Amino acid sequence: MSDRLSVFKTYKLYVGGKFPRSESGRVYEVTDSKGNWLANAPQSSRKDARDAVVAARKAFGGWSGATAYNRGQVLYRVAEMLEGRRDQFVREVAEAEGLSKSKAAAVVDATIDRWVWYAGWTDKIAQVVGGGNPVAGPYFNLSSPEPTGVVAVLAPQESSFLGLVSVVAPVVATGNTAVVIASEKSPLPALSLGEVLATSDVPGGVVNVLSGRTAEIAAPLAAHQDVNAIDLAGADEVLAKELEIAAADNLKRVLRPQPVDYAETPGIDRMTAFLETKTVWHPTGSLGASGSSY
Amino acid sequence: MPTNAPTAALADVTSSGSTLRRFLHGLPGVDAVGLEARAASLGTRSIKTTAKAYAIDLAISMVDLTTLEGADTPGKVRALGAKAALPDPTDRTTPTTAAVCVYPDMVAVAKQAVAGSGVKVASVATAFPAGRAALSVKLADVRDAVAAGADEIDMVIDRGAFLAGDYLKVYDEIVAVREASGAARLKVIFETGELSTYDNIRRASWLGMLAGADFIKTSTGKVAVNATPANTLLMLEAVRDFRAQTGVQVGVKPAGGIRTSKDAIKFLVLVNETAGEDWLDNHWFRFGASSLLNDLLMQRQKLATGRYSGPDYVTVD
Repeated sequence: MSDRLSVFKTYKLYVGGKFPRSESGRVYEVTDSKGNWLANAPQSSRKDARDAVVAARKAFGGWSGATAYNRGQVLYRVAEMLEGRRDQFVREVAEAEGLSKSKAAAVVDATIDRWVWYAGWTDKIAQVVGGGNPVAGPYFNLSSPEPTGVVAVLAPQESSFLGLVSVVAPVVATGNTAVVIASEKSPLPALSLGEVLATSDVPGGVVNVLSGRTAEIAAPLAAHQDVNAIDLAGADEVLAKELEIAAADNLKRVLRPQPVDYAETPGIDRMTAFLETKTVWHPTGSLGASGSSY
Repeated sequence: MPTNAPTAALADVTSSGSTLRRFLHGLPGVDAVGLEARAASLGTRSIKTTAKAYAIDLAISMVDLTTLEGADTPGKVRALGAKAALPDPTDRTTPTTAAVCVYPDMVAVAKQAVAGSGVKVASVATAFPAGRAALSVKLADVRDAVAAGADEIDMVIDRGAFLAGDYLKVYDEIVAVREASGAARLKVIFETGELSTYDNIRRASWLGMLAGADFIKTSTGKVAVNATPANTLLMLEAVRDFRAQTGVQVGVKPAGGIRTSKDAIKFLVLVNETAGEDWLDNHWFRFGASSLLNDLLMQRQKLATGRYSGPDYVTVD
């Protein structure tokens, strides 16, 4: 038997690039799939949610203003950092979801690939969903996708890591900032993801990770006037309905929960869900006067 | 008897430079650690629900909505005046702010913008913010502002003279400005961030009050250290002690760096626990601030609706 004392990790929230405990001081017990104690995770309150929104709003200008190419580089960096922590995530995912080590490793690999996939999309999505529109007049008419703003994300309850990344990455890849509520039952991979984000050039506040009771944290976020959209992936039917009603007050974009196989390659739906299309008209000037076409 | 005797004693202290110095240096020294601990512990009070609603409305009514930029335009001052008179157009139960605070050349514009609303116009003067000008220039600055209709004058003391120990010069200057202000209420800014020590802040407070200040104000908002709970607590103690000795009540105005409702409420707790309820009124306590008002309004909306508000629902300024 080793004579070392065990060094337990204190899991903390990730808000505004820092690692605070919950403002409420509460924690709750996180267990593995068999009910054995794993760690105490912070149990966030509505004030933590409020602080996270403030941080996300503050980060929005810089992140949405960064070039798509730069965002892609930053997100690829996240994948690099994940790769370095692969063993840790394999262990956490195996414990959280009751998977064998090899199955958990496959999940982690798929998750890292998912980051890379979305990192590649940052500077390509505009070509796919934007572009020049044909109009009958001497004008250019251009549509370009723009990020919606601060997005509250209820991470999937079952897929604690692959599912989490599959909902968070599309939100930030398109230039939004996110307040993420981790899976209630297995929040540890999400909290560890915060540590990865903190060390990978992602500006503080772009992703904020909260753990706790999903229903408790989601309610103030859904009603929050400074949240622009909400992804209800982690809400059950009753909660989703409640949150959608609250979200209607300031016309938040709402992505309803739907059955998803996170192992499959996602389409671009999760990215376009939190993009708005801006269309501008621009006179072509002398081209029209000279009578020439392009 | 106890009220008259100290007043008589205080009458002499300004008779010469040496008596004034002896008096100011005879004030008890400040226990810096104790002061900061006291300010910090009062900051932990939990103010909720109805008390919070009361505190927020009180704080809004105490704001001196301020714009003191080189780039101030008449349009910006008018917008500020409109906001002071009607802070939240969606909720007319919101109180007006106490005043708008502008540079002297903008007083006339501000006066017009707040006409009929009960909002006062305060003007900084005396070569704000440095105060480095001849007395005649400073007095002309003050007269200008008063002539344009300023209800309140925010003057800066000559920190150079104060730090050099020439207290009588500072005193005489405040007295001269007091005269030039006429009916306008006089706020005396110490720029506590430049006074180096708590002892100096206590001395400056007494000096200002002896010279006839209606308000003592922490700072200009133009230096690194502005209003802190500790220096405001110290000034609140000074006005409390001054009233106990002379019967004259003097107001306090922390300015600069107070940006959130939480901070503002902490200051109100300091006021209540130190100076007392008599000061919980915008005649005796003010906040010099600009962004604070938006946060107060957002908190007010939160209390009214139960939803967190956002910067999209208040004006950008």
